[in-house]
Amino acid sequence: MPENSAGLVSKATAVYVKDLRLELRSRVGLNAVFMFGLTTLAVVSFALGQASLSPKILGALFWIIIFFSAMSGLAQVFVREEEAQTALALRLNADPDAVFLGKLIFNFSLLIVMTAVITPLFFVFTDAPEAGALNFLIILALGVIDLCAATTLVAAIIAKASVKGALFAVLSFPILMPMLIALTLASDKILAGGSLSEVSGHLQFLTAYAIVMLTASVMLFKYVWQE
Amino acid sequence: MWWKYLIFLAMSVIIWFSFTTPAPQQQIGEASRIFYYHIPQAWICVMAFTMSAYYSIKYLKKRNAIDDDCAADASRLGLLFCFLATLTGAIFAKVTWGAFWNWDPRQTSIFILLLIYGAYFALRGAIEDSERRAGLSSVYAILAFVTVPFLVFVLPRMVPSLHPSDSVINKDLKFTMGPQVRTIFFSSLTVFTVMFFWIFNILKKTNILRRKIEAGTI
Repeated sequence: MPENSAGLVSKATAVYVKDLRLELRSRVGLNAVFMFGLTTLAVVSFALGQASLSPKILGALFWIIIFFSAMSGLAQVFVREEEAQTALALRLNADPDAVFLGKLIFNFSLLIVMTAVITPLFFVFTDAPEAGALNFLIILALGVIDLCAATTLVAAIIAKASVKGALFAVLSFPILMPMLIALTLASDKILAGGSLSEVSGHLQFLTAYAIVMLTASVMLFKYVWQE
Repeated sequence: MWWKYLIFLAMSVIIWFSFTTPAPQQQIGEASRIFYYHIPQAWICVMAFTMSAYYSIKYLKKRNAIDDDCAADASRLGLLFCFLATLTGAIFAKVTWGAFWNWDPRQTSIFILLLIYGAYFALRGAIEDSERRAGLSSVYAILAFVTVPFLVFVLPRMVPSLHPSDSVINKDLKFTMGPQVRTIFFSSLTVFTVMFFWIFNILKKTNILRRKIEAGTI
């Protein structure tokens, strides 16, 4: 039904624009994610000094920084609704699918902005080989999509619990771990100068993971949202 | 009732035979007897996880509080057996591979399963309202269950494994079960499974009674 899907897209866009506007006013999520990433990166870089690292360690460090930065800000999008007590109004005005899509795309934008700054800085600070940088971007993009796909529903869950901040990382980590393993393995190969065909299995894994998590999240979101 | 006597008897017989028959794997020797216990525990851990997801789906569809109790109880038992399987696995790993822990894919997946169970109970503890707790933890249980195929089928193909894929102990130490070993192993698997359901049913009955008392119908 084209009318329905058009309605969904326009409503999801409306949710997204609303969140974007709120974010631009307060910059809470962006500040949290960005400053966390920058601080961790600085600590890592400071601790390592001039030591040259193997691609394996570089890949692992990079994903640790991205994971914890994401954990510091991605829950904001739902926690804000609960804290300002606007969730009910939103529930009345948009169906769950539209809300989920809007929030998902918002989180995605947030992470894209964050990684766009942190990734170049990471390459500068840690002296990672630039040769594989372009291939690394593809892994990075998939990783960011996977992160959002799996954690947006968790963010919606923890927004309704009592100890929100700590719980988000605790609930997200086990779900993200298969994908984090694939990401670090793929990053290791790419940073060591490997081609994309070498990591095609990992790329397939990451794509499949995103599709499965997105499907499950869309199906389950209405149960969380109506709670 | 008589189930517990049956389980007691069968378990005793299995323990007796698992220690008196020749060790199932000659190269590893006596230590390989742990295999009669380790694999059933790991199996129950995964089964409990599946049951938890099943009851969670049932809860979201029907909204019966008892289904949420069952999901939580299955997870509680799953956590126990998951812990036992990790422990026996680590001991076995020390004897055969030389270290308690080496991030073999199977060890990774059981570790993630432990984390999921832990996260599930952390979530349950963080929500006051029982209906909201039931709904949200059901969603989390299902979401976590969805990642299992990646852990069980995909991950072991990406990371080199010490666990056997085509044999039971190790690729280098080919091990096909003889008829005697097979009998003991499958009996052990069956008895462990029956024991799991026995405990699970007691918990279920307790919960039904508790719900009735709370509702004042008893």
